[in-house]
Amino acid sequence: MKYTYHIFTFIFLLIGSLLWSRTVEICKSCAVKTIKEGVAQAFDFDTLLIKKGTYKEFNIRVDKPLVLLGEDYPVIDGEDKGEIITIVSDGVTIDGLFIINVGTSYTADYAAIRVVESENFLIQNVVLEKLFFGIYLEKSNNGRVYHNKIIGDAIDEYNSGNGIQLWYSKNVTVERNIVQHVRDGIYLEFSDNITIYNNTSSNNLRYGLHFMFSNDDVYTDNVFENNGAGVAVMFSKKIKMRGNSFKKNWGTASFGMLLKEINDAEINGNTFEENTVGINIEGSNRIEYKNNNFVNNGWAIKVRGACYTNSFVNNNFLYNSFDISYNSKLNDNKFEQNYWSGYTGYDLDKNGIGDVPYRPVKLFSYIVNRTPETIVLLRSLFMDIIDFSERVSPIFTPDNLLDASPLMKPLR
Amino acid sequence: MFKILKYSFYDLIRSRWSYVYFLFYLALGFVLLFLNNDLSKAVITFMNVIIVLVPLIGTIFGVMYFYNSKEFTELLLAQPLKRSSIFLGQYLGVAGSLTLSLVLGLGIPFVLYGLFRSEAIWNFSLLLVTGTFLTLIFTALSFNIALSNENKIMGFGYAVLLWLFLAVIYDGLFLLSLIIFEEYPLDSFSLATTMFNPIDLSRTLILLKLDISALLGYTGAVFKQFFGTNLGLIIAIGVLLLWAVLPIFHLVYRSRKKDF
Repeated sequence: MKYTYHIFTFIFLLIGSLLWSRTVEICKSCAVKTIKEGVAQAFDFDTLLIKKGTYKEFNIRVDKPLVLLGEDYPVIDGEDKGEIITIVSDGVTIDGLFIINVGTSYTADYAAIRVVESENFLIQNVVLEKLFFGIYLEKSNNGRVYHNKIIGDAIDEYNSGNGIQLWYSKNVTVERNIVQHVRDGIYLEFSDNITIYNNTSSNNLRYGLHFMFSNDDVYTDNVFENNGAGVAVMFSKKIKMRGNSFKKNWGTASFGMLLKEINDAEINGNTFEENTVGINIEGSNRIEYKNNNFVNNGWAIKVRGACYTNSFVNNNFLYNSFDISYNSKLNDNKFEQNYWSGYTGYDLDKNGIGDVPYRPVKLFSYIVNRTPETIVLLRSLFMDIIDFSERVSPIFTPDNLLDASPLMKPLR
Repeated sequence: MFKILKYSFYDLIRSRWSYVYFLFYLALGFVLLFLNNDLSKAVITFMNVIIVLVPLIGTIFGVMYFYNSKEFTELLLAQPLKRSSIFLGQYLGVAGSLTLSLVLGLGIPFVLYGLFRSEAIWNFSLLLVTGTFLTLIFTALSFNIALSNENKIMGFGYAVLLWLFLAVIYDGLFLLSLIIFEEYPLDSFSLATTMFNPIDLSRTLILLKLDISALLGYTGAVFKQFFGTNLGLIIAIGVLLLWAVLPIFHLVYRSRKKDF
């Protein structure tokens, strides 16, 4: 009986609040002229309809469940004074705003939109420009960041922020965002069960996407292009990376993807194209690489050490300067049924699998690993000759590092 | 001198070998550009071909021409002509016709595939410049060898050996020394070693101009700092020029002294 009473009260309150949920209009000629005023006057579950115009405000603190809905992209100009919107309540929606001029600081991480210890938030259709940090989720779970556009103007790493940052946040979906010209496009620290889907992160100073100590995350169908150093996945477990494309991360210290201390990950159906290093692997175990395309990279895969029980199956290695670079004589990784454009063997029984094993590690890449200066002999005739002789009878490269069943035709 | 130059030049231009050489580059250019329309990638492929083939052809052709036209040379020597102009004329005739084959053979396909509208034009001109230098250098070296060896077989042997040394063995020694002294800073050493071999120098010059230089990492950065500046480029071209001029002087000097 007591519970029924509670439930009834709850339902009444809910209906009441729904009935009372008003729309507060904000514009220059309305009764409410600033967003801060609007937030102060609004009741829970109200909608603030922000009309077109420029609002010079910062430190807007949203402390009740509200919907901040912009009409025709109103501009909120922070005038470089500090943080712009801080959400400290559950169930806040921000939709259709144009936020510019976030303050830069060396002591505080000012963000255009910060969510602090709140749940069920939705941030969508927001455009951010001239920012320090973009969308900063701090200990906030079960939310969604959808269809935003973040265009920074970062020049130096030390005084620029990240586009979308998640810190101690769980179960968040980051979908269809465009992030450009910031430090890290999307940055995750201590954030588990995150879904990153269909985003485009390009021209960022450092990484397109950066994982730190974050487990069980999935990122699918994203595009990472022309970032300072591609994507970095570090100290994380059980990450699934599917169908992403890593392009044009080209430079002396660039790579498509950097894996450091990653265990039990799954890397399927990704494309690595025109990167100096496609994947740089260090201390990563039990990773499954399947159906990936490595096209026109300097090094397709650079294995740095302490990498065990990884499997490379059904990948395409097309026209890379070096397919694999390996720095030890010990091999515990499996290479099977990949297509290698450098394969010159034959297939007498016509079963689509070459009869001679393929050795993906060239002697030259082994030598370069030992003495980096020897790279100046790149494309010298002498190198081609000794590469050829090493391929015929391997002496220096690990003799069990081979693909015993190379495919004759690339996989579709 | 110019009369002799003109004579050997026209003689060579009419010869079958010049045509074969020219047609070879023409065909190679068209086929590669047909298969891959990307001009800057084609420049890399051609670099591979040029740094091996141009010195080889220059050496063989130079020795062959010298021995073949020996009787004519002796006839000329009987005339009241300066020795230096006879040999310089012949040398420039050979080197000129080889260069012409190279430049036209590569130039025509590249121009037809839109070289002037592409960004690869500077890289391509560098390719042609180094190709020309390699022709001049190796023809001069082979003339020297032919002049000091009466025996044709010996001359051919030395010429091929010279090519083999500079194209292959030198890099092997270079590699060995890099590995043996890997404990020491090797940047300046490798820079210097590259300078002393025209083939390596050409290869490095072209590689550094291309995207692929990102693969060279730290050492590449040191090289780029040197060759990337105008001074570095001038020094590199100067060294190539020196490589061409020194054998020519030696040729003139030796021809003056030689007893025919």
